[in-house]
Amino acid sequence: MNDRVVEIWGERTPYASGDAWPDRVDQFLVDGVAESDVESWVRGACLLCSNGCGVEVAVAGGRIVGIRGRAEDRVNHGRMGPKGLYGWQGQQHDRLTAPLIRQGGRLVETDWETAMSAVVERSRNLLDTKGPLSHGFFTSGQLMIEEFYTLATIGKGGIGTPHMDGNTRLCTATAATAFGESFGCDGQPGSYTDVDDCDALFLFGHNVAETQTVLWARMLDRLDGPNPPRLVCVDPRRTKVAERATVHLPIRNGTNLALMNALVHQLIAVGYVDREYVAAHTVGYDELAAATADATPEWAAEICGVPAADIVAAADVFGTSDRVVSTCSMGFYQSHQATAAACQVNNLHLLRGMLGRPGAGILQMNGQPSAENNREAGCGPALPGFRNWGNAEHVEELARLWNVDPLVIPHWSPPTDANAMFRYAEQGSIGFLWIAGTNPAVSMPNLNRIRRILSGNQCFVVVSDAYRTETTELADVVLPVALWAEKTGTFTNVDRTVHLQEKAIEPPGQARSDLDVWIDYARRLGLADRDGGPLPAWDTPEAAFEAWKAATVGRPCDYSGLSYQQLHDVGGIQWPCNDTAPAGTERLYTDGVFVTDRARCETYGHDLATGAGVSAEQYSARRIDGRAILKTTGYQPAYEVPDEQFPLRFTTGRTVFHWHTRTKTKRARQLQDAAPSMWVELSTQDAARLGVGEGDIVRVTSRRGAIQAPARISHVREGTVFAPWHYGDSGFVETAANDLTITAWDPISKQPEFKVAAVNVQLIRHGDGPAPAPTNTASAPVDATITNPGR
Amino acid sequence: MHLCTYLILLAAAEQTLADSYVTVSQGHADEADVHYTCADFARQATAHVEALAPVTARYTDRREPEPERLRPDGLTTTRGGPVGLLRDLQDLYQLVSLVDITWALVGQAAAGARDRELIDTVAGCHGQTTAQHAWLRSRMRAAAPQTLLVAT
Ligand code: SF4
Repeated sequence: MNDRVVEIWGERTPYASGDAWPDRVDQFLVDGVAESDVESWVRGACLLCSNGCGVEVAVAGGRIVGIRGRAEDRVNHGRMGPKGLYGWQGQQHDRLTAPLIRQGGRLVETDWETAMSAVVERSRNLLDTKGPLSHGFFTSGQLMIEEFYTLATIGKGGIGTPHMDGNTRLCTATAATAFGESFGCDGQPGSYTDVDDCDALFLFGHNVAETQTVLWARMLDRLDGPNPPRLVCVDPRRTKVAERATVHLPIRNGTNLALMNALVHQLIAVGYVDREYVAAHTVGYDELAAATADATPEWAAEICGVPAADIVAAADVFGTSDRVVSTCSMGFYQSHQATAAACQVNNLHLLRGMLGRPGAGILQMNGQPSAENNREAGCGPALPGFRNWGNAEHVEELARLWNVDPLVIPHWSPPTDANAMFRYAEQGSIGFLWIAGTNPAVSMPNLNRIRRILSGNQCFVVVSDAYRTETTELADVVLPVALWAEKTGTFTNVDRTVHLQEKAIEPPGQARSDLDVWIDYARRLGLADRDGGPLPAWDTPEAAFEAWKAATVGRPCDYSGLSYQQLHDVGGIQWPCNDTAPAGTERLYTDGVFVTDRARCETYGHDLATGAGVSAEQYSARRIDGRAILKTTGYQPAYEVPDEQFPLRFTTGRTVFHWHTRTKTKRARQLQDAAPSMWVELSTQDAARLGVGEGDIVRVTSRRGAIQAPARISHVREGTVFAPWHYGDSGFVETAANDLTITAWDPISKQPEFKVAAVNVQLIRHGDGPAPAPTNTASAPVDATITNPGR
Repeated sequence: MHLCTYLILLAAAEQTLADSYVTVSQGHADEADVHYTCADFARQATAHVEALAPVTARYTDRREPEPERLRPDGLTTTRGGPVGLLRDLQDLYQLVSLVDITWALVGQAAAGARDRELIDTVAGCHGQTTAQHAWLRSRMRAAAPQTLLVAT
């Protein structure tokens, strides 16, 4: 097999519009293992990005020895990318095998009994003295549905705290809020199969070539086939996507909404609007037209730093295509006007009636593999099943499901976002914070502050993780947990495809699944329903899944038609799946009826300028009744703009070879060698001005901190400095990109601003070779003679 | 005529509000959303003062003596801690309420006077004030349980 660190997307299998994407099965077995050595192939899906490729895990001698794609799976048709092929090996090294407890300032090994007793004692004590609002749960987008729903039941039905959020707040909260604002409810309208039929592709702040390599392989196969789609790319870097684009708009980071308002302006000005669709299926057209009336391409060109003609050209591609697929991701989500910009992507599609039919779809991306489940199961911004906290009926429904008093369920304001949770923890009003499966000491903005919060005495910190991380080192109790393929459970990808990952091997040492840990916690705490029955009323994954199914009946994310058996047999199936759609549902809103009915909607929406909530009365008065909502707001400059002292725009992002804070990927040799350590990217012009050459060591400084790393002279736009945020090892904290980022967020999604911080760059010393950055990605050097690190 | 009195009141109240927003933005800089949002609202309020100036100038020749205690007081310092924040937001809320209803009343008078320029000024500014009002309400409602039940 090819070295997939070099051939990132594998061989092309071109196909034409309307054809099915050909199968291509990718497989990797560790050195010395032949196919005949494999004792069993266990079914599941890759959990290293939101694509959720269907896979089979090779097991021999109680260990995972390889992996291959499932040809019959709708998501990947057998393919896998480098992270999926190699990343799982990281699970076999340096695992936490016993609980840890802080004694005399140090973490020492202990047993489950001691660890859980300490956790429960502190929890019980605080509940008795300060009540439920003293508790917070910060989870991730990498747990299973069964785990999220169980924790939501414990937190919202048992304890009764609104303080539950995930690191999904950092990656995908804006997708959820944009759906809520436009369509009344979260839920991906489009399907990956829309790529097969489209005649234009728009990628908004989405470096898909590195973040979801298999989705990019699908797009590449269309681009290399007959009648390829036209491609428009919005990204300040010259990504692999940008290299293939018909129109590339390398806008200044932090100016997305100016561009989007101009694109909408242009659709309206030229008359590219499907008037019939707009009249029948939307409200708010006049307000949208008024709000974008002055947003001409010339006006936006000035702000965004791209030619007006290119903005016009992009609008023309949208306006003259019949089947457009748009994807939208972190470049838009991790920005100050994130929700408004993402809503404008929805608006483009609504204005053109490009929704709910083959090839015409929206993919507001997720970053993490089970981000969707955090959102839908109630550990994030909504109550379980996308229920509306502001709708008493929805709260009653949940109370009936859990057999608890509705008063227990927090419903007086939106579930608390991560920023507010950390603020409460900082002030000590959250005195018990449980962090599961995530590493906020590297991933949150303004790390000096986060480290201070987690290490202080004002808050007791429990961390469930599979490795020692920067975050576990600051905890009071650390619980070792099972990882992917060491437990059974389901999760849902970007296009609503649900997969079952079956348990393939035992977790190491004393590690347990998060589900088992939380059930144990609930039982020790004595959580009970109204009749004294145990809450949650289940303790196995399959029973949790059945309970979850019951919670989704009749809701947009209806899982009631799914079963473990069916998921095992078929592979990925898209929700809603129920009596009327037993094989799942490819696209939402095919009839142009949205979830904006007052009784059904997940949210009444917000003012996109300030984030103030729309009241139930105001919402009812508009008589939206199933139509989509067109809305935007005026462009505002970023929270922090360059000035004399900090003249450059810093942005963070990812590389194809790593996942988040690298807990798994740095332990997979192929991936670690391909991108071994930190770098920062400068444009040719800025590098020349600063006297910085390839590989020279620079210091990047913001108002909040400084980092030091070798410089890669790349094709990033002038004035922008790019840094990957994966590198944050303790002891080398000066490499963590988030030491520089700002504490600020989008007013609706509360997603932090990671894409603009004002910085300056200084040359520290000359380097002794090129920067350790990949050369076959967006990080490619301007000097084409430089080769990949480790090669 | 007292329309001029109310235009003066409105400009003075917007100025006081702008100053109070700056005070709260700086005094509660650790609350990132309060910090940035209040700074933004301060810019809006200042812009409203500027927008009122030319219209007010047209009415100054018909100025009447002001009633006593016409102009509101603003916040000159902030209070500490979560409860202090909540209380400061309530002060802002009270000020914005005054500004909001004053815009509405001036808008009524503008219609009565058939003053197109003033009608447009009201249309351009009043919505922002109403949005500020709504934001403060949302922000305080979300913070109240934590502040009143757990915070110290
Ligand atoms: S694209 Fe994502 S889900 Fe698929 S193999 Fe790669 S990392 Fe795994």
